Amino acid sequence: MKQLLSFIRKEFYHILRDKTTMLILLGIPIVQIILFGFALTTEVKNTQIAVLAPTNDDASQRIVDKLNASAYFDVTEHIHSTNEIQPIFRDAKAKLVVVFEDHFAEKIRHNGVAHIQLIADATDPNAATSFTFYATNIITGYQQELMGETKNPYQITPEVKMLYNPQMIGAFNFVPGVLGMILILICAMMTSIAIVREKEKGTMEILLVSPMKPIYTILSKITPYFVLSCINFATIMLLSVFVLKVPIAGSFLSLVVVSLLYIFVSLALGLLISTITNTQIAAMLISGMGLMIPVMLLSGMIFPIENMPLPLQIVSNIIPARWYIAAVKAVMIQGLGFSAILKEMGVLTLMATILVTISLKKFKVRLE
Amino acid sequence: MEKVIQHNPDLVIIAENLTKRFGRFTAVDHISFEVKEGEIFGFLGANGAGKTTAMRMLSGLSIPTSGKGIVAGYDIGTQTELVKKNIGYMSQKFSLYDDLKVWENIELFGGIYGMKDAEIKEKTDKLMQLLDFENERNKLVGSLPLGFKQKLAFSVSIFHNPKVVFLDEPTGGVDPITRRQFWELIYDAASRGITIFVTTHYMDEAEYCDRVSIMVDGKIESLDTPKNLKKQFNVNNMDEVFQHLARKSTRKSD
Repeated sequence: MKQLLSFIRKEFYHILRDKTTMLILLGIPIVQIILFGFALTTEVKNTQIAVLAPTNDDASQRIVDKLNASAYFDVTEHIHSTNEIQPIFRDAKAKLVVVFEDHFAEKIRHNGVAHIQLIADATDPNAATSFTFYATNIITGYQQELMGETKNPYQITPEVKMLYNPQMIGAFNFVPGVLGMILILICAMMTSIAIVREKEKGTMEILLVSPMKPIYTILSKITPYFVLSCINFATIMLLSVFVLKVPIAGSFLSLVVVSLLYIFVSLALGLLISTITNTQIAAMLISGMGLMIPVMLLSGMIFPIENMPLPLQIVSNIIPARWYIAAVKAVMIQGLGFSAILKEMGVLTLMATILVTISLKKFKVRLE
Repeated sequence: MEKVIQHNPDLVIIAENLTKRFGRFTAVDHISFEVKEGEIFGFLGANGAGKTTAMRMLSGLSIPTSGKGIVAGYDIGTQTELVKKNIGYMSQKFSLYDDLKVWENIELFGGIYGMKDAEIKEKTDKLMQLLDFENERNKLVGSLPLGFKQKLAFSVSIFHNPKVVFLDEPTGGVDPITRRQFWELIYDAASRGITIFVTTHYMDEAEYCDRVSIMVDGKIESLDTPKNLKKQFNVNNMDEVFQHLARKSTRKSD
């Protein structure tokens, strides 16, 4: 026990003395959450629009007001002829131009049909789809106001309800993703580097000659990173609840349990990487290239897994982050209970068992 | 020529036909020797002669392919854990942690070898006085000059009072004056009954040893006191003895 404690203390000295690395490790989650939360967002907010209303009547005015009043749009330009539309896009003055036809209000009243054209800058197709969708919704809303007046007997009104995330806030999606990425980064990469550093510096030999049990060496290497991961987990949770206002809908306990399991899987992965590499650079490359990129691209954090071609979907199954992120989404966002994440827990447990078995075996072999 | 190993308490290291093969390559080929308590035993050989492999087997880092070895009274094949508790080891590479302070390194290794806190503290104080390190106690090891580090590393390797200490080229890259001081520490340890098993490339250091063995191509070619070896080959110094024997080597050095 004394052995283990002395050694764990030493590991903490290593980390605490390397202030730059420690700051980076503790700072990464904060920076990422803030970046994803405020800068890198796919949400439509304050999109600039231009309006072309040849007959400035009450109906077109009402629609423009409604557009302007929503959080999605800002009416920045009023133009007066179709010739002005091209320059608007060319000079990036607006992303969307709303064109009313002549005598818009009159045509609604007399003919019952009037047209609005939405011209969007589709350079970014996703954004264009979103904001034209919002604009259409606002216009439909006005149409329903009118219908209320005329009492049309035939009405089909689809009522769309966005479950779990009614305001379509992007943070709901990326908080689990960032969590999945940070934890695997800290645990796997830092653990493997810490172990390989001893090999590289030659101190591993001294440890192997000493009566120190290999399992103690492993445990004490893991402990500080386990603590760091828990701190990061807490930071991300606090930031997402209090700064991004993403509530924890389900049980916090389930969230903690699945996170601990995931941290364990990541640590085991780091251990495995350390047994197959001999230099810190190699350990960093393997964990960087071999973990970060698949975790970012194939875990469902950024790109939905359902949209991937089948081979990639199969590959994504072996990425622990995929299962973890799914479980976090289920618990944190959907508010589902522990029974809903049994499958994810099962897969992660299986991964942990396999990884620990292989790496412990490999670690022993090195002693021979 | 089978010989029964006698558990003579004076013999701290007994190697009998110790052999290590890696695939078809025999790194250490049936070496046999004995080292007495408190003896300074020089283990010489060119690069690639098998010194490090032999030393690794004796220190429990590597399991012998065949043959037997007793170190500090325990079998290196079956009682590795007990062997490890009773030996010290200092490797070619620097074996302390640069980002720990002097006393933290000592405390760590004391802890690893299961020493009590009070004992560690008392011995640390003594050691700091002996090495004249009082001012360096709270410095990071990485900030010390190489000579200081080597002396400290040696002192740490015998801090837990092992029966034997294995030194793998301990003075590489150190200036002659520091090397001299380093050997004073070795003599001091030997006088307290710690057996010294040392490999070196410096032939002047070989002269300091009580007995010297010279390995060539995995076998021990010669083993005697430096004085007798010089007499045997009719030369003036150990360097010439070494040249004479190492010339026989057919192995490429690495």
